[in-house]
Amino acid sequence: MLDSFSDIYWTYQNIIHGIAVNGILGLSVYVVLSIGQLALGQAAFMGIGAYFGAIATTKLGLPFPIALLVSVLTPAAVAFAIGAPTLRLTGVYLAISMLGLGEISRLLFLNWEYAGGALGLSGIPERGGVFLLYFVLIVLILAFFFVGRSRIGRAMEAMREDETAAGVMGVNVPRYKLAALVVSAMLAGLAGCLSAHVSSFIGPNEYGFEMATTILSFALLGGIGTPLGPVVGAAILTLLPEVLRFLADYRLMINGAIIVIAVLFMPRGLLSWRMKRTV
Amino acid sequence: MANMTRDAHPTLEVEGLTKQFRGLVAVDEVTFQVNGNTVHGLIGPNGAGKTTVFNMISGVLPATAGSIRLLSEPLDELPTWERTKRGVARTFQNIRMFGDMSVIENVITGMHSRLKSNLGSILIRQGNFRKEETEAEAMAREQLAFVGLEQAADRRAGDLSYGDQRRLEIARALASQPKIVLLDEPAAGMNPAETHALIPLLQRLRDDRGLTLLIVEHDMHLVMSLCDRITVINFGKKIAEGTPGEVREHPAVIEAYLGHKVDDKKSTAPVSKVTS
Repeated sequence: MLDSFSDIYWTYQNIIHGIAVNGILGLSVYVVLSIGQLALGQAAFMGIGAYFGAIATTKLGLPFPIALLVSVLTPAAVAFAIGAPTLRLTGVYLAISMLGLGEISRLLFLNWEYAGGALGLSGIPERGGVFLLYFVLIVLILAFFFVGRSRIGRAMEAMREDETAAGVMGVNVPRYKLAALVVSAMLAGLAGCLSAHVSSFIGPNEYGFEMATTILSFALLGGIGTPLGPVVGAAILTLLPEVLRFLADYRLMINGAIIVIAVLFMPRGLLSWRMKRTV
Repeated sequence: MANMTRDAHPTLEVEGLTKQFRGLVAVDEVTFQVNGNTVHGLIGPNGAGKTTVFNMISGVLPATAGSIRLLSEPLDELPTWERTKRGVARTFQNIRMFGDMSVIENVITGMHSRLKSNLGSILIRQGNFRKEETEAEAMAREQLAFVGLEQAADRRAGDLSYGDQRRLEIARALASQPKIVLLDEPAAGMNPAETHALIPLLQRLRDDRGLTLLIVEHDMHLVMSLCDRITVINFGKKIAEGTPGEVREHPAVIEAYLGHKVDDKKSTAPVSKVTS
């Protein structure tokens, strides 16, 4: 019994890790989407967290908890710095500025010799592992439900529905926008660091445009009525390519078709129910 | 009662308020004051600038010039949410409900500036946080009962009838414990029975709750029977001010609504029939 479990684990460990990492990324994108902003910066923040976390353990020999802290604080600082001037931007314009950030960080990592340049960083020690990944994911989901059913959750939904009305209700709209961006960056950075320490390698091209849109699609597929939506969306999109492996060459095509159909016919996502906002 | 509790200094003072959209002067040096515990009407033909005045008082739009004071404190530099905290609440002409939220959640959202729980106490589900939430819900139910929507508390706000959404907006505005409530066409879209029921409701806000109301409305029956004082604006300028009786007789007002002077000044019928 135990043997077969560990067999499954070793065979599919990339997917098992991926579901948790992507689940955390789903929560990261949820924070920003749930106040009505179009989010595309998660991949960049994930890359920053992954690189700085991995450098902390691999190059500097710092303990893993410190690396986690670094991987949360660096993207938070970046989000804070770019948040202030870009807060006035909304919708597509904010998304474009975030894509710009993604491209800039990709080029920086690509040319940063100390961090391996184009070859990326390899030999990252294995830390944390599957239990820490799922522990973090579950704690975060709980925290999201607690916050969602409080004045903060209500303020966020109010902003998503009508920013002007939210302001009239007494919601400090710019502060919430900045806080959402910073928290989202922290979660993405954490996911990046956790992921780097289970996969032992990171490269500069892992956190580009493709990753940015993949993370957004977690929320598109799962829906943002509850924090569980993007987590479920992430799990499905992580599993799908594996489940469709028997389709061989048609795999990516069918994978894409399933996403398009899901978004067309379920515009509110798979989990369309909305969480209550009272205790 | 209304007269007994009237404040010594006005609740709201608007002075030289001006809003310019590029070439267009939408509001032109409008000055008026709203005395405490009164219902003050702000009327004028369509496009006169009434909603723009509301937007400047609530901080939704920055004023080009002029000043706004709430209980002698200037509001001019404050963002919307700070004004809410100081005691300015409002409703919107084109209803701005949080449609996906339930009715009671809308009202509790209106309490945002009065609730104090921070992220820490929410995450550990501290006793204070749960107590505050329970109290907030009870207070929200009171506000809903006041406007007659207690039965609809758990319905989706977007599913309410137009008239009910208007009353929900009032309940939501009351939830912030305001000193003054700006009501932007509260009767618009209501049927005659609903409008009729709205008058005593607003009177109770003034008489029982001691609130001050500034109200923009096209239903002249409502305005004339409810308001203690009325300011009339047209093309962004104040053209008249006074009691309902004075305003109704004012030649500039009659001209503004009808486009020409009426010989028989005692004829009030045209004014009282004007609607949006």
